[in-house]
Amino acid sequence: MLLQQLINGLTLGGVYAIIAIGYTMVYGILELINFAHGEIYMLGAYLAIIFLGLFTAMGLTATSLPLALILTAILTIIFCSAYGFTMEKVAYKPLRNAPRLSPLISAIGVSIFLQNYVMLTQGATDKVFPQRFGEAGFQFMNVNVTYLQAMIILVSGLLMFFLHLFIHKTRMGKAMRATAQDKTMAALVGINVDSIISVTFIIGAGLAAVAGIMVASYYGLVNYFIGYIAGIKAFTAAVLGGIGNIPGAMLGGIILGLVESTGAAYISSEYKDAYAFIILIVILLIKPSGILGKTTEEKV
Amino acid sequence: MYILEVRELTKHFGGIRAVEDVSFKVKDGGIVSIIGPNGAGKTTLFNCLTGITKPTKGSIYFMENDISKFPAHKVSELGIARTFQNIRLFSEMTVMENVMVSQHTRMRYGFLSSVLQGSNFRKKEQIIKEKAFEYLELVGLEDYADTMANNLPYGSQRRLEIARALATEAKIILLDEPTAGMNPIETSEVMSLIKKIQELGKTLILIEHDMRLVMGVSDWIIVLDHGVKIAEGLPEKVKNDPLVIEAYMGRETTH
Repeated sequence: MLLQQLINGLTLGGVYAIIAIGYTMVYGILELINFAHGEIYMLGAYLAIIFLGLFTAMGLTATSLPLALILTAILTIIFCSAYGFTMEKVAYKPLRNAPRLSPLISAIGVSIFLQNYVMLTQGATDKVFPQRFGEAGFQFMNVNVTYLQAMIILVSGLLMFFLHLFIHKTRMGKAMRATAQDKTMAALVGINVDSIISVTFIIGAGLAAVAGIMVASYYGLVNYFIGYIAGIKAFTAAVLGGIGNIPGAMLGGIILGLVESTGAAYISSEYKDAYAFIILIVILLIKPSGILGKTTEEKV
Repeated sequence: MYILEVRELTKHFGGIRAVEDVSFKVKDGGIVSIIGPNGAGKTTLFNCLTGITKPTKGSIYFMENDISKFPAHKVSELGIARTFQNIRLFSEMTVMENVMVSQHTRMRYGFLSSVLQGSNFRKKEQIIKEKAFEYLELVGLEDYADTMANNLPYGSQRRLEIARALATEAKIILLDEPTAGMNPIETSEVMSLIKKIQELGKTLILIEHDMRLVMGVSDWIIVLDHGVKIAEGLPEKVKNDPLVIEAYMGRETTH
């Protein structure tokens, strides 16, 4: 029973973690809570349904399901990254030097806009994921693990691993860390801060897209407002781990997923969504800087 | 002959005239010191030269380009680097990484090759590491390559900032009070480091209060007061200029 919940929690947690990374990366560089980030995840879920539906209509799903899924994933990631890139250019970049509240309000505006845009174009009713993966799976220490769950855990784990390598081993990763620490100084050693910010949004949106695809296939249903609750939960995960800290977001996401699934099993599933907010309140009261976060010094 | 030419540079912040109509030229390979009392506009001038602040008026010619409207990263790419009076290191990176960040912009390779970590990428990474290490040796920090930058003692942090500026392969290095808070021994170390940097063929512009250092290394001195250039010339001349003495000591009053 507990192990079963741990597997469920890990599946959920992996998804929260990769959405939370997008929040935390943007915060790390711009000190902006990008409230529209959850909508990118929602767009990812919708785009996956649209593209997979297209491939089903074309008959590709029948001939080669893996190819159809891979193409769907690639197209969804590209489209979501384009949304993320455009979002920053249109809604945040013009407010770069404005008071901190302005881009925050702009983010909420983008969020409302995207929700309504999807509602108008896709309708207000639930959309069904065109492919069911069913309960097929395997036994692992007397626990049922569906292939889809294993896939979600594996994919989110791999994405986190590669992101970590990217941040710490590549030129671009170093430039991102430098920009997060001191934008002016980064520019002075020749880093194009604007393009680093764009890359941050592109990576964050790409990760959210993957989360959207995975959730759409896991639950089978999507709606235009799923981005809101997922966004708040991922935000909680980011705050729990220490906002601005990438390993923190990963840890926070996994903890949140585990708490939700064990809470749903042992306490009540009615309160499933409340656990995230209880955690958020507790962490803000006890350790506002998060598990891995450092107490921020006042900048002069 | 002249690597930098500043023409009628003016910077106002609202009603404050931080820099007013300042013009000067800097010889290639020279060491120029900018001196003046606090609030004279020295740091604002540095901010304009490096693209952090856009001047209200005037132009800055660096190797035939007017860079006064260039963004900071472009100015850095063209070849002007600086340090800060209040040290600004990437404190959560190692000493080596701090220097490597500067090197990276000099070494172009695609996004894909850095992700795939191909042999070409590794070769370039190796070159960057070796280069970075050379700069660490130059400033005497080669033994601290893997130390986190914020764990270095104060004097070493200053030297790391200089190494990082050099690693951009800049032609002009601006040093904003490189000896602030240093004892006489550390100051003379900085003095010999400045000479070493000049021997590399770099041009240096310093903001400095330590007159022993200024008189010891500079081949040209520019004096600012309240944003205005009040004197410039060879160290000997500037030292005895009555306007300069007045700016520093105040006007002589008759009893």
